[in-house]
Amino acid sequence: MDQEITTEQLKEVLLLVKARYGYDFSQYSEASIKRRLERFKKIARVSLPDLKYHLVNDSSFFFWLLESVTVNVTEMFRDPPFYKALVNAVIPLLQTYPRIKIWHAGCSTGEEAYSMAILLHEAGLLERTRIYATDINMANIEKAASGIITLERTKEYTANYHKAGGNADFSDYYSALYDNVVISKELKKNILFSQHNLVVDEVFNEFQLICCRNVMIYFNHALQAHVIDLFYRSLSPLGFLALGTKESLLFSDKTAKFEVIDNTNKIFRLKANG
Amino acid sequence: MADNRAEVIVIGGSSGSIPVAMEIINALPLSYLIPIVIVIHRLRNVASELAQVMSATHQIHEPEDKEPLQKGHIYLAPQNYHLLIESDKTFSMDYSEPVNHSRPSIDVTLMCAATVYKENAVGILLSGANKDGADGMDAIIRKGGRAIVQDPSCCQSPVMPQEALKKNSHIEIQNVVSLVNTLLLYSNK
Ligand SMILES: C[S@@+](CC[C@H](N)C(=O)[O-])C[C@H]1O[C@@H](n2cnc3c(N)ncnc32)[C@H](O)[C@@H]1O
Repeated sequence: MDQEITTEQLKEVLLLVKARYGYDFSQYSEASIKRRLERFKKIARVSLPDLKYHLVNDSSFFFWLLESVTVNVTEMFRDPPFYKALVNAVIPLLQTYPRIKIWHAGCSTGEEAYSMAILLHEAGLLERTRIYATDINMANIEKAASGIITLERTKEYTANYHKAGGNADFSDYYSALYDNVVISKELKKNILFSQHNLVVDEVFNEFQLICCRNVMIYFNHALQAHVIDLFYRSLSPLGFLALGTKESLLFSDKTAKFEVIDNTNKIFRLKANG
Repeated sequence: MADNRAEVIVIGGSSGSIPVAMEIINALPLSYLIPIVIVIHRLRNVASELAQVMSATHQIHEPEDKEPLQKGHIYLAPQNYHLLIESDKTFSMDYSEPVNHSRPSIDVTLMCAATVYKENAVGILLSGANKDGADGMDAIIRKGGRAIVQDPSCCQSPVMPQEALKKNSHIEIQNVVSLVNTLLLYSNK
C-alpha cells in the first residue's frame, strides 16, 4: 500500500476524476500532486484499484480526496512583511478609488481575506471595499464564510499581526466562542466568499488588487501562464497583483506587462501601457 | 553505483549540520558543475539570510517556484516550504503539512531526487537530532543512486545518520574529508 504511484497511474486517476466529476488536475505540478495522492492513499487505507473503484462509485469519497489532495494550509497575516508592504505601497494608492474591489483567488479557509479586511478597516477603507474571496473547494468556502477560527491559533495570529505593523488590540477583531473565536461582523460584511476554479472559470469582475498567494506553486508552467493571463484580464488599469513569497512572474508571457513594486514580497503592478 | 555520473547532489542536515555543510561547500572549486541542493532545518522566521552567510566564496541561493536546476548552481531550500523536483528538472514549492515535524523536509526533496534522477542522484545526510531523511536516503538507494551519511561518531547529533543506517544498510558512512573527496571525484567524470 505504501508503493510509489507512477506517472502513468497518476494520469489514470486524474483522467477518471475529470471524466466523472469535471475537475481537471492534469496541469497541476506532478511532484506535488503525486505526493498528495500517495498520502491520501495511506490515510484512506486503500489500494490503487480500490481508490479508483471508490472514485467511480462514491462522490463523497471524491470530495474527501479533493480536500486532502489540495493543500489548504493558511494563516492570518502569513508573511508579516508582505502585509507591511501592502500597507506602505498598495493601500495608499487604493485610497484614490471611490469603490475598491479586491480578489483573493485560492483563499482557502479565509484567513488571508480577513487579514486584508483588518488592514482596510484600519486605513478607513473597508466601507467602500468589496473583497471577493474564492476557492475551488466548497468546503473551504463554507468554513471561510463561517469566520470561525480555533482559539489556539489566535496567539500566533496576534503575533503575526503585530509583526505586520498592527497596533490595535487584535482581540477587538473577534469574539470568543468556547474553543473557537468568531471574526467580527464588521470585518465579514464586505467579503463575498464563493466558489471559483482557476482552471476553467472565467473573469467575473474587475479588480484594483488581486492576491493569489501559494496557489500557483501547485500548477505547472502552462497552467500558471493561463492563470496569470486570467488575472491580467481581470485587473483594472494600473491594478496590483500579489503572489506568494516564492512565486514569480518570470515564466509567463505577461512578464513585460507588469512592473515590479516589491520583489521580496512579490507585489507587481500592471503598467500604464500594459 | 560509484561509477555512475552524478547529476544532482542533495545535502540534508539538522542541528549541528550548518558548519559541516559550509565546510563541504567551501572545499569545492568555484567551477564545480553538479547542481547541489541543500535542505537544512531552520527555526521558523530565524536566519532567513542563511543563504548569504553560508559561504563567503560560493554563491548559494534560494530557488523560486518552477526555476530550472542548473549546472554550477548551489541551492538552499527556503524556509517553510517543501522543496520538490519535477520530472522536467525544475523546482516546485509545496506548503503542505510538515513531514517529520519539518518543513522543508529532507525526505521530501530526497525522494523527488530519487524519482527524477534515479542512479544519478547522490544523497548526503549530516548531523541531526531527528529521523527526517531516513526514508529519502532509502529511496535514493532503491532507485540505484548513492547515499552517504556523515560518520555518526563525528556528528554533533548522530541520530539522523543513525536512523538512515537503520533503514538501509547500503548507505555508506564517511567523514567530512572523504565526503569532500567523493564529491570532487564526481566532478572529474
Ligand atoms: C495553500 S492554500 C493558499 C491559501 C492562502 N492564499 C495563503 O497563502 O495562505 C491553496 C489554496 O488553493 C486552492 N486551489 C487549488 N486549486 C485551485 C483552483 N484550480 N482554483 C481555485 N483555487 C484552487 C486550494 O483549495 C487551497 O485552498
